[in-house]
Amino acid sequence: MKQTLTLWLLNLLQASLMLLVAPLLAGIVRKFKARLQNRRGASLLQPYQDLRKLFSKESLFADNSSWIFRTAPVVIFTATLLAASIVPIIVVDLPSAMIADVIAMTALLALARFWIALAAMDIGTAFGGMGASREMTFSALAEPAMLMGVFVMSLGAHSTNLSTMVHFALNLHHLHPSVAFALAALLMVSVAENGRIPIDNPTTHLELTMIHEAMILEYSGRHLALIEWAAQIKLLLFASLIISLFAPWGIAETIGLLPILIALGCWFAKIILLAAAVAMLESALAKIRLFEVPNYLFTAFVLAFLGMLVHYILEVGVQ
Amino acid sequence: MNQLMFIQEAISIAASLMLLISFALLAQHRLLSVLHWFSAQGIVLAITTLLVALISDHDELYFSAAMTLLLKGALLPWLLWRIIMKMHIHREVEPMVNMPVTMMIALGLVLVSFHIALPIEAISDLATHNTLAIATATVFLGMLMMITRKKAVTQVIGFLSIENALFFTAIGATHGMPMIVEIGVAFDVLIAAIIFGLFFTQMRSTFDSLDIEEIEAKAKRR
Repeated sequence: MKQTLTLWLLNLLQASLMLLVAPLLAGIVRKFKARLQNRRGASLLQPYQDLRKLFSKESLFADNSSWIFRTAPVVIFTATLLAASIVPIIVVDLPSAMIADVIAMTALLALARFWIALAAMDIGTAFGGMGASREMTFSALAEPAMLMGVFVMSLGAHSTNLSTMVHFALNLHHLHPSVAFALAALLMVSVAENGRIPIDNPTTHLELTMIHEAMILEYSGRHLALIEWAAQIKLLLFASLIISLFAPWGIAETIGLLPILIALGCWFAKIILLAAAVAMLESALAKIRLFEVPNYLFTAFVLAFLGMLVHYILEVGVQ
Repeated sequence: MNQLMFIQEAISIAASLMLLISFALLAQHRLLSVLHWFSAQGIVLAITTLLVALISDHDELYFSAAMTLLLKGALLPWLLWRIIMKMHIHREVEPMVNMPVTMMIALGLVLVSFHIALPIEAISDLATHNTLAIATATVFLGMLMMITRKKAVTQVIGFLSIENALFFTAIGATHGMPMIVEIGVAFDVLIAAIIFGLFFTQMRSTFDSLDIEEIEAKAKRR
């Protein structure tokens, strides 16, 4: 009984860590990007201050907005946070991993996306509708690619449970080509899902190109804060998912103070590395044309599918 | 034994790279990047041959690895590059069907070849028997490239990539063909590339185009 309580407590701590570190990750990426552009950049804590400012501001609503518009930020935030709490970042085999697997995680993210699109259409502005239609078009292509990529790992681990998959990845002593394919696919999808360059630019408000920003244009105050925070959590979620699936070294397999501290350090170092990679990628690449995005996502899907085929052909062998 | 395992793994990785390159060849929009991937295919092929040479007792495979590298990794791409530069045809590749559909067909072909290769793989006891399905798939993908492209140059690259794939199949299935056959095929391909070069110039001067559809239309009008 005490054991279970500790595990739940750890799970809660892990989820709140995700919640608290998420704005910092956004700050780190911005800082890296600023340094690459020879700017000094804002403080690492700037995203926290932005959130605090938004929370203390008044929320304004359009006259014709319905209850959907008001509830959407809460739903989006909760669903994203729940999805984030499923990913094992510090300790494996936590209770949340027993309850929900990677399909549930994708479903929670899909729920968040559904609500954001619904809220965007609720007020009936042109921007909202355009953003929503783009988002849904691209997500219809991104989601299968993401699931396929994760399924390549599931095939090896014989489970869709994230903790089991982490154990599998830890015991992976040979270089598996299928894993490389899955990693490439997931990296491509993560960039698209989080609306980063080269798919979407998170800093622009140019009507021709924006996807995510177009949908949340009408939000203000604490509602906007919740949505932005959810977007930051989503970025951290994808970074953590890639780390846990492909580079989980250092994650705590036993409960204890030392393993947990080591896992924390490892996870943080890997997150910073990924943030640097994201910043480099965003500085080096230009945004691709909107009509090229389906091709990009389709490439990710083909890569993931190839990973699956390669797994069957080369790694399972002949029965 | 440990080394054998390591080389087998390296061969699997090379095989998956071959598959990836075949898809990349299909996905390219520019002629020059098609050429780069074709050259990469030759290099990966040479590496695979070298790896197979390390675990088999056929010493002549070292020679054919070196020949592959020189001929398919460097000489053929260079010949094609010269033709492309001379004729100013480094424009976009024009596929008959759009990219996603081609890719779906390609994925289906990989599945089919996996199905075809299974019984053969089951009776083979070579270290490379796993690669057979991928080798068959790369042959199919080369054919798909030949079928779905409008320009003569891309069709020729498709043809040459089929030759690469057949070589790969031979290495995977039997640890290489007899040396004399291999040298013969290599020279055939080299001569073919040169003849294609002449052929392109002829086509250009007669029909003023390298687009197969356009040429057919013009030929009908005559």
